Amino acid sequence: MSDATTNMTSDPMLEAIVGPTPGQMLRKRIFGHQGLMIGVVVLGILVLVAIFAPLLAPHDPYAQSLMARMKPPVFLGGTWEHPLGTDHLGRDYLSRLIYGARVSLMIGVVAATISGVIGTAMGVAAGYFGGKVDAVVTYLINVRLAMPVVLVALAVVAILGGSLQVVIVVLGLLLWDRFAVVMRASTLQVRGREYVAAAKAVGCSTPRILMSEIMPNIANNLIVVMTLEMAHAILLEAALSFLGLGVQPPTPSWGLMVSEGKNMMLFEPWMVLIPGAVLFVLVLAINLMGDGLRDVTAPENRS
Amino acid sequence: MNSPLLRVKDLTIDIPVGGGTLNAVRGIDFDLNRGETLCIVGESGSGKSLTSLALMGLLGGRIKRTASQMEFDGIDLTKANSKTMRALRGDRMAMIFQEPMTSLNPAFTIGNQLMEALLLHRNVGKEAARARAIELLEKVGITAAESRLSQYPHQLSGGLRQRVMIAMALMCEPELIIADEPTTALDVTIQAQILRLLVDLGREMNMAMILITHDLGVVARVADKVAVMYAGELVETGSADQVFNAPMHPYTRGLLRCIPQPGKTERGARLGTIPGIVPNLVGGVTGCPFRTRCDHAVAACRNAIPHRKPAENHRFRCVHETGHQTAETVV
Amino acid sequence: MSNTDTTQPVLELRSVSKTYTVKQGMFGKPKPLKAINDVSISLKRGEVLGLVGESGCGKSTLAKILLGLEEPTKGEVRVDGEVIGATDRRTLARRIQPIFQDPYSSLNPRKSIEDIISLPLRVHSIGDSNTQDKAVREILDIVGLPQRVMRTYPSQMSGGQRQRVAIARALIMKPEIVICDEPTSALDVSVQSQILNLLNDLRAEFNLTYLFISHDLAVVEHLATRVAVMYLGRIVEESSVGGLFDTSGHPYTQALLKSVLTPEAGKGVPDTELGMEYPNPIAPPSGCHFHPRCPMAMTHCATVPPRPVPTPEGHVECHLFDTENGHDTGTPLMREGV
Repeated sequence: MSDATTNMTSDPMLEAIVGPTPGQMLRKRIFGHQGLMIGVVVLGILVLVAIFAPLLAPHDPYAQSLMARMKPPVFLGGTWEHPLGTDHLGRDYLSRLIYGARVSLMIGVVAATISGVIGTAMGVAAGYFGGKVDAVVTYLINVRLAMPVVLVALAVVAILGGSLQVVIVVLGLLLWDRFAVVMRASTLQVRGREYVAAAKAVGCSTPRILMSEIMPNIANNLIVVMTLEMAHAILLEAALSFLGLGVQPPTPSWGLMVSEGKNMMLFEPWMVLIPGAVLFVLVLAINLMGDGLRDVTAPENRS
Repeated sequence: MNSPLLRVKDLTIDIPVGGGTLNAVRGIDFDLNRGETLCIVGESGSGKSLTSLALMGLLGGRIKRTASQMEFDGIDLTKANSKTMRALRGDRMAMIFQEPMTSLNPAFTIGNQLMEALLLHRNVGKEAARARAIELLEKVGITAAESRLSQYPHQLSGGLRQRVMIAMALMCEPELIIADEPTTALDVTIQAQILRLLVDLGREMNMAMILITHDLGVVARVADKVAVMYAGELVETGSADQVFNAPMHPYTRGLLRCIPQPGKTERGARLGTIPGIVPNLVGGVTGCPFRTRCDHAVAACRNAIPHRKPAENHRFRCVHETGHQTAETVV
Repeated sequence: MSNTDTTQPVLELRSVSKTYTVKQGMFGKPKPLKAINDVSISLKRGEVLGLVGESGCGKSTLAKILLGLEEPTKGEVRVDGEVIGATDRRTLARRIQPIFQDPYSSLNPRKSIEDIISLPLRVHSIGDSNTQDKAVREILDIVGLPQRVMRTYPSQMSGGQRQRVAIARALIMKPEIVICDEPTSALDVSVQSQILNLLNDLRAEFNLTYLFISHDLAVVEHLATRVAVMYLGRIVEESSVGGLFDTSGHPYTQALLKSVLTPEAGKGVPDTELGMEYPNPIAPPSGCHFHPRCPMAMTHCATVPPRPVPTPEGHVECHLFDTENGHDTGTPLMREGV
């Protein structure tokens, strides 16, 4: 046998490390995905607006001025003093819109995080342990799915009284079902992989396996569901506020603004259209981002 | 044997990828007569499966296939439109895949799927198709054939499913069968049975068969003709006897040294290896694709590689006239 | 092998059984499935036991029991004479490590190669990060990988490189026994030989004991020192590699050997004479489980389960070799048609 074939250690050394790292590939896919980029940019702008609201808002969103009620926006013949006009109490509409972004984003993020923690814990436990745990979780998911979210939220808020905190907690405790379903399914898929068996054979504890072997491989699904539930929570808050059972006046909330504007809708449609439009843009941006994240993280899963 | 059933000349397959063109298959030639079995053997990424799909006209739309000649019983496959190909597939050419579970439709019964091709291509009634299905299931060695017709794919074991796939391929008595790794997913005992079945049926029906595999043992036992494929090129072709007993190309010899051969290789002894990996086929490929892993590579390997013909029907491509066989002490 | 004969077995299975309860259909009665049925194995240090059999014969279940991933229903597993209970998976982990079949599924795609290989050290808190780093570099060298792979991810590597990473992870804690579950069946021919050579070298270098599970008898013959043939949860024959491949006894072993396709042109495909399919393990055939497929079955094979008969180098479970049970061995049984 010739020398070159017997030298065992040399050949893999010669092998090139093929391809870029998973991180590099992910970055390339992210920047190549149009929908995702649009979603991220729009959402990023809205987040910046919410953070820097005190600097950006031209007026105090709570300051009433009965002398300047119902001023139209600039493009309908208003003045630059109030670029988007004023509401029925003379409060600057643009400032209320800017502060309203804080409420919407906070509700979206916090409610989705609460339900994410609950749903992921339940879903991962059900998927990994199976058996009785799975049976109990599946039962709870079914119970939860049988409850109409809006109706339950309305009832609870009606009893406890509406406030930002109550709305966040109620939504957080209600929206975990999709997390649980998706995380259970993804865990079931990952649980059977040989690297999980290898970790067990190494002597890893169960929490360690869950955290370092299972979680990183289902995190992409978690992020996707997270964005969807954020959008869901934001819309539900708007709906509850519109019905008067969500965020209470005078807190600036987009749902509340639509509600307050609805009496004037026939004469001053912009009062409804402006907060409605920003709500639409925010939810669209989040959904674009969610869809994009699903697209860019999926191929890695398949390989 | 005046004109072969299948004649392929200069078949080339290009796949557009992100950074250019993947020259997956480059200028391969072969002939196949009725009743003959051709084994295309190669490792993953050699282009052997693409070649079979190209013959069946089953390549995806993005993939470009060119050939100076590709004839099936006088029909020019390079010019055939999709209607002609559909008429050929399942009727005169049939294909058997590696994983029968994914190629059988789980929603339909075995009987439905067996009869489908016959009802589609031949002007026969349901009763005749059913009779033919039972006949073929019995032929492929399935007991209680009649009751199997109403079963679904998931109710059968892997070996039985592969038999059903073979029966399905045989429904219209095709003249050419292409089998892509038909036994790779099966146990060794079942593998031997399925291969015997394929060989016997091929002989009985005078079918031509192209068997695609990575298993040199399967090739040696089944093939009349062998084509060794490496990185998109046929590096050596010949009869099974020629390729296994007098391998010329360094890659063929390297492969044969890699596998332990009971009775020949000393137990526990070091096996031969082929160092390195398959070259990247994106962009232009010139010279011998094996030169990066070859013990006998010289500067001339970068240039055009001559076709050599050491014996009737035995061909290989190497700059060395004898594939540099003499340079190796152990063959 | 003569130098290991006197030492006590490094791995011993005593009458190990594993029974699963399988429910057939929604309202079906749960039925026992004997995945492993009273199996005893004894392995000396430095030996390689090749475990062969068709899919569903219980070889993977056996591997899981040895790795502590499944508990045996009955019997005990001893490592170095110590009984391994279900509780101390961590102790077992330091002595027995696996190499799995599919290098694409056995490495966590989200972790760097360094993290994957050093995981056992971190789990067992062996050394500080400095010595762990050193150990990883050392083992990479041993399995023939360049040190620069440490910061790469599995998706950047070829199948052969990944399998080397899996071997590195298995060996970093210096285990005594390595369970190789079809370690080369997912690899290309040219890569397979590299991995087999590596496994052979490592065994010699570290005096490792392998349980080598494979369906490829040529590979088993090449690597193993002893071979056990499994059929429906039983080890029907066990012998030294020479004893089994040169003078095999059990008809099932003979059929397996016949089905090996050596690359010899012109020999044609052999007839294994096995006839029908592998039986359903939930309803194993009566008597000798193999009798419906056995070309040499006799009348009492259908009713009397065979006993293990000692042979010069192991044992075989077949009535053909059991001369003391008083049965008439001359009546061939009519085989069922195919």
